[in-house]
Amino acid sequence: MNQSISMNKTQLKDSTKEALAGYGFLAPNFIGFLIFTSIPVVASLALSFMKVDLISTPKRFEFIWLDNFKQLFLDPYFWKYCWNTVVLMAAIPFSIAGSLLLALGLNQKLKGIVFFRTIYFLPTICSGVAIYVLWRLIYNSDFGVLNTLIAKLGALLHLPIKGPNWLTDEAWAKPALIIMSVWQSVGGYNMILYLAALQGVPRDLYEAAEIDGANSWQKFWAVTWPQISPTTFFIATMSLIGGFQAGFDPAYIMTGGGPNGSTTTIIYYIYNNAFEWHQMGYAAAISWFLFLVIFVITLLKWKVFGKLVHY
Amino acid sequence: MDQSADVKKLIREQKRKRLFEKIALYFLISLGALTMLAPFLWMISTSLKMPGDVFSYQKPWWYDWVPTSFVWRNYIQAWNIVPFARFYLNSIFVVSLTTAGQVATSAFAAYAFARLRFPGRDNIFFTYLATMMIPGAVTMIPVFILLQQLGWIDSYKAVILPGIFTAYGTFMLRQFFLTLPKDLEDAAKIDGCGYFGIFWKIVLPLSKPALATLTTFTFMGSWMNFMWPLIVLNSHEKFTLPVGLAYFQSLHHTDWNLLMAGSLMMILPILLLFIFNQRYFVEGIKLSGIKG
Repeated sequence: MNQSISMNKTQLKDSTKEALAGYGFLAPNFIGFLIFTSIPVVASLALSFMKVDLISTPKRFEFIWLDNFKQLFLDPYFWKYCWNTVVLMAAIPFSIAGSLLLALGLNQKLKGIVFFRTIYFLPTICSGVAIYVLWRLIYNSDFGVLNTLIAKLGALLHLPIKGPNWLTDEAWAKPALIIMSVWQSVGGYNMILYLAALQGVPRDLYEAAEIDGANSWQKFWAVTWPQISPTTFFIATMSLIGGFQAGFDPAYIMTGGGPNGSTTTIIYYIYNNAFEWHQMGYAAAISWFLFLVIFVITLLKWKVFGKLVHY
Repeated sequence: MDQSADVKKLIREQKRKRLFEKIALYFLISLGALTMLAPFLWMISTSLKMPGDVFSYQKPWWYDWVPTSFVWRNYIQAWNIVPFARFYLNSIFVVSLTTAGQVATSAFAAYAFARLRFPGRDNIFFTYLATMMIPGAVTMIPVFILLQQLGWIDSYKAVILPGIFTAYGTFMLRQFFLTLPKDLEDAAKIDGCGYFGIFWKIVLPLSKPALATLTTFTFMGSWMNFMWPLIVLNSHEKFTLPVGLAYFQSLHHTDWNLLMAGSLMMILPILLLFIFNQRYFVEGIKLSGIKG
């Protein structure tokens, strides 16, 4: 009897000790997480109902409730920039299809394949300001290497071809960014995910298909494609989520959001409102709209996953 | 006799077909690889040209892609014309602290989530998970206001601190810690090892691949991070490389050779990191794919 009570006591002590250790290990991260993530999320929601004036002293925070959101729905620029964001996502299907093709090619047992994989991965690794500076020069309409190449090709074929003003023509700025984005992403993360998925397809499925007399094309659509569909779905939803938040860095460096606002995306508009025009409340409202869009996609992802796609 | 000749012919034909397929595949893959490389080739050759030689009308087609001269002076000039060395040091400082801070605090928290029982653990973990889908744009504005209230705008603290405490790092390491065998810990406990001892002597050494992956990814993300430092930094001498390079571009947008030399110098560390740590990249990407 006595013994069991003392056992109980040490057990209790052990679990308290464990809990204390748990809080101790968690604390450094958790405190930072509270300060820089959790509380800001709530604060951001509050800000989206406010008019914020950080320039005058004292700083003014005034509740205007739904006015920011009303302004949002009536703001033609906001809708234009939403449309820009969606159009720029045209890069996604090209990039995914390209990644899959590359993965199929690089999945073969060929000499030097690792070398090729490294090369295809380079644009993804180097993405960032340096690459955007590079592409701004490539797209330069007078001296850029792309238009030089087009002109030389034209001379070779005796055709009067002249490259467009890629980054300064409203009709061409978006295609220019899309082409660059495909170049940048096609051999990157998605290709590696596809490679991993392809290596996970059971060999005997292919053997069974071969016995049935299927050719490569049929094997792809009957075996490979359904088997890797979870990966495709994962990549597609992640690309969508990323796509809605994308576009600041390249546009800031290459076009400044122009010409005529044609490459300004939602995130760029948030940046401008918050940090250039000092409309923090309005910027917070836009960011919550963005959050809502992403939340819907995430829900869709959870719901659809496992239903539409083959497991 | 006749039959075996037929079979031989069939085999030969098949072999020829396979060889043809192989050559076609190599050709296509090489063509794609060349497309990937072309902008880099142009970048290198431009960075090594004299200022007047950059623009290449009336020159042979290969002129743009192959370095025709080696003006190494461009690199020295790019290094000196803006405080490039300063940007470099700033980036190394900011990125090292961000990476060290993130890996350390994430590992601590991940150990608590994966291995220790305490009240509220699962709820807290769920909050971490839930915040992973919130766009960075949402927290950006309140964090900026907070840093402004603290008077931290235009300081390294403002760049480093918000980048340390990410839910992603904690989540990734937790998933890895969960896969470690429990017996070793029990044995250590019997030997009188405390929680910190277990974490330090058993969990961390077993988790080197996961830690290396997180380190690589954080380093890379932080090295390339442009928007946040652009927002919180004002003085040129505090700029990190990406902001510094953008500033460089705004000042010298016609000096293409210098711009390319500067861009190459920014990419170089990442390139080296990638070449030496390639498998951690691949593992990290696969890990991120599993969570979906």
